[in-house]
Amino acid sequence: MQRGLHFPAHVDWFRKHFVLKGAEEMLFQLQSLPCDMDLPVPSSMLSAVGNGQEDSSLLHRAYEPNPQHVHWMVGRWHYLDHYKSAYRTDEGQPWVLPVVKKVEQKIANDTSLNHEYLPILGLPEFRANASRIALGEDSCAIKENRVGGVQCLGGTGALRIGAEFLRRWYNGNNNTTTPVYISSPSWENHNSVFVNAGFKDIRAYRYWDAAKRGLDLEGLLEDMESAPEFSIFILHACAHNPTGTDPTLEQWKQIAAVMKRRFLFPFFDSAYQGFASGCLDRDAWAVRYFVSEGFELFCAQSFSKNFGLYNERVGNLSVVGKDTDNVQRVLSQMEKIVRTIWSNPPSQGARIVATTLTCPQLFAEWKDNVKTMADRVLLMRSELRARLQALGTPGTWNHITEQIGMFSFTGLNPKQVEYMIKEKHIYLMASGRINMCGLTTKNLDYVASSIHEAVTKFQ
Amino acid sequence: MALLQPARRLLSAAAQRHLCLAPVAARASSWWSHVEMGPPDPILGVTEAFKRDTNAKKMNLGVGAYRDDNGKPFVLNSVRKAEAQIAAKKMDKEYLPIAGLAEFNKASAELALGDTNEVIKSGRYVTVQTISGTGSLRVGASFLQRFFKYSRDVYLPKPSWGNHTPIFRDAGMQLQAYRYYDPKTCGFDFAGALDDISKIPEQSVILFHACAHNPTGVDPRPEQWKELAAVVKKRNLFAFFDMAYQGFASGDINRDSWAVRHFIEQGINVVLSQSYAKNMGLYGERVGAFSVICKDVDEAKRVESQLKILIRPMYSNPPIKGARIASTILTSPDLRKEWLEEVKGMADRIIDMRNQLVANLKKEGSSHNWQHITDQIGMFCYTGLKPEQVEQLTKEFSIYMTKDGRISVAGVTSGNVGYLAHAIHQVSK
Repeated sequence: MQRGLHFPAHVDWFRKHFVLKGAEEMLFQLQSLPCDMDLPVPSSMLSAVGNGQEDSSLLHRAYEPNPQHVHWMVGRWHYLDHYKSAYRTDEGQPWVLPVVKKVEQKIANDTSLNHEYLPILGLPEFRANASRIALGEDSCAIKENRVGGVQCLGGTGALRIGAEFLRRWYNGNNNTTTPVYISSPSWENHNSVFVNAGFKDIRAYRYWDAAKRGLDLEGLLEDMESAPEFSIFILHACAHNPTGTDPTLEQWKQIAAVMKRRFLFPFFDSAYQGFASGCLDRDAWAVRYFVSEGFELFCAQSFSKNFGLYNERVGNLSVVGKDTDNVQRVLSQMEKIVRTIWSNPPSQGARIVATTLTCPQLFAEWKDNVKTMADRVLLMRSELRARLQALGTPGTWNHITEQIGMFSFTGLNPKQVEYMIKEKHIYLMASGRINMCGLTTKNLDYVASSIHEAVTKFQ
Repeated sequence: MALLQPARRLLSAAAQRHLCLAPVAARASSWWSHVEMGPPDPILGVTEAFKRDTNAKKMNLGVGAYRDDNGKPFVLNSVRKAEAQIAAKKMDKEYLPIAGLAEFNKASAELALGDTNEVIKSGRYVTVQTISGTGSLRVGASFLQRFFKYSRDVYLPKPSWGNHTPIFRDAGMQLQAYRYYDPKTCGFDFAGALDDISKIPEQSVILFHACAHNPTGVDPRPEQWKELAAVVKKRNLFAFFDMAYQGFASGDINRDSWAVRHFIEQGINVVLSQSYAKNMGLYGERVGAFSVICKDVDEAKRVESQLKILIRPMYSNPPIKGARIASTILTSPDLRKEWLEEVKGMADRIIDMRNQLVANLKKEGSSHNWQHITDQIGMFCYTGLKPEQVEQLTKEFSIYMTKDGRISVAGVTSGNVGYLAHAIHQVSK
């Protein structure tokens, strides 16, 4: 049984010998937990609890960036990554969207509002509108009333509720052996979510082709062909994390065709709608295509990035079913699952999103804010690529602009990454992943020249 | 392995090919055909039924949400002030750490244990922010499932909050019970509890309601808590406290947390769930905490690291709004003072309603002994009414409560206490 995703050997070496900051690292592979059934009664019943970090074979410090520390670090170091993906302005600062400030003020001034419990499945206006954003105004599924939403705590919460439901009700009752396929690589928490939901057989499907720095479509399709029927596939709706590499429209069609023929279940993770291309509809194309092809599917939506509401924990699990009756029964069982994890969701973030989505003016303003963020990232991509090409940096760099979203798999190898960190004080992930939001007009030259040095010094 | 296949699996290969070309035909079957309709949540379901009722005199005595004497939700002044202060600071919306807002965690532990407590001073504890009380219980239950290797059994008082059972069960624990409520006296079955607890297998987990027991409103007296602690210590049981009503029960935060503090003083390293839903009125903001009292700082650090590993795949990190409000209140002397007064105000109103209900029942001419209504404490009251009587109350008088006869006293006002007494008398005379 594969527990946790594994890094290639050279990356493991790197991680072992170089202290990396980031709780992402700390949490990533800590699936091996102490199980000391034979211990004599200790003085404390908790003394068998191992340190989360020490359980790992990786030698690294626990480090969870103190927000103040990160800002200091940004000055001294160039943070091209940190353990939580968050947008930064050209000044390297967090950005509360102007429309969000406006709506929060509106909410604060509304004396009719209080702090009462939301229903278990969340704020109805939020759920309906969030699903509408994902599936589109003219969605036949919505018109046919076969879509349901569950307000959840961020994208993570939506994934977890969906995973818990699937483990209980998909492919039989409580069938923990249904294979769950996660892209290689993927967001590291995907694995934990499905393991903790009770699935026993987590597998990787090929995705990133390091040699050509692009999508390994052939490998992906082969893995889908050979996957057992009814396997669950976690698909990134857009702006694949961490590679930034998405299938083209034609490639999505091929993927959908195989999944339909092999009865594979699509579970979309949509954390960057609008944030990737700047256009909501474009970023939702894959999800909508699958719906139009008749799939029943789940889509875990996060509003952390596209609304900048990170710490309010706003997410929605959209459920698309064959018909109303099925969706109603599914939602009723989702209620039972939600009730034992958090009872009912937090209201603030959902109110902000619902208010924004239901007012045409605010909605337009929001789309504009989203485009601002997406455009800045796109600009940084094109500027970085242009500089690397102008410098004549060895290798090809079109992947920088072909990739999309917050992250880019630069293709830098561990030695080159080490150089960047140690010598140039530019922090990025061992995988060569950079967070585009860490780039600014002020540091572009420095970053480009540093990459150039790293690549020319180390092969 | 799949036991229930969608119909399309049984189709021939040719028919399957046609499915790809005909989305409409493909919609013939669903993955979810076998999914049953879940029963409505017994507690929250009461409110839903209430909302549908058109009777002007209807009363919602179901869910435990405080109401003022006009029957309206109550937003505390201290909360409003804290919100305004926070808004003025114009803070960003960056993710909280997995364990939540540090200032909140510290303040929460201090509220529960007292800031001069040896545990706080030595740092031999960990507190993580959670999604209110439910989230706290779930994190705790999951932690026990993973690390408490001595037993799978969690002993709940009989009865307990309805959601305790599914929370622990979903987390992978097994549920057992110890006697608690005595229906004959509508009070605490102390002898029965001691008897049962003294027979619980050593190193089992036992859950206590720290104060204002839900649903009965029946709490042990301090001298009874002392004996319970002694037995727990003797049997080496693992004590899990659920404290959802600190301050709300007696009006005094120190009195309401006395049992928790006593257990710790006796050398029992408890775990504790806290909720700020009721005592700060922050229901929908989902503010809570889970604490583990540890042997030493090192153990606390190890436990914290594992709690984070449990939380990350649940929801990554908690929502900020409510925790910021709670933290601001707890750490600002003026706001804290005001808050304590408001909590006392809520508790006093509840006590007043209890008194008025009993007085009105007497006036109605009821011959029953209703003393338990004033003996019990907190938001809830186990009236002693039977399911048939509860049903009659709902059908004939539009008074909504859970079938076990539990009423939320917070839903009683000076305006409707007479009507309630009348109705109860009608169904019980």
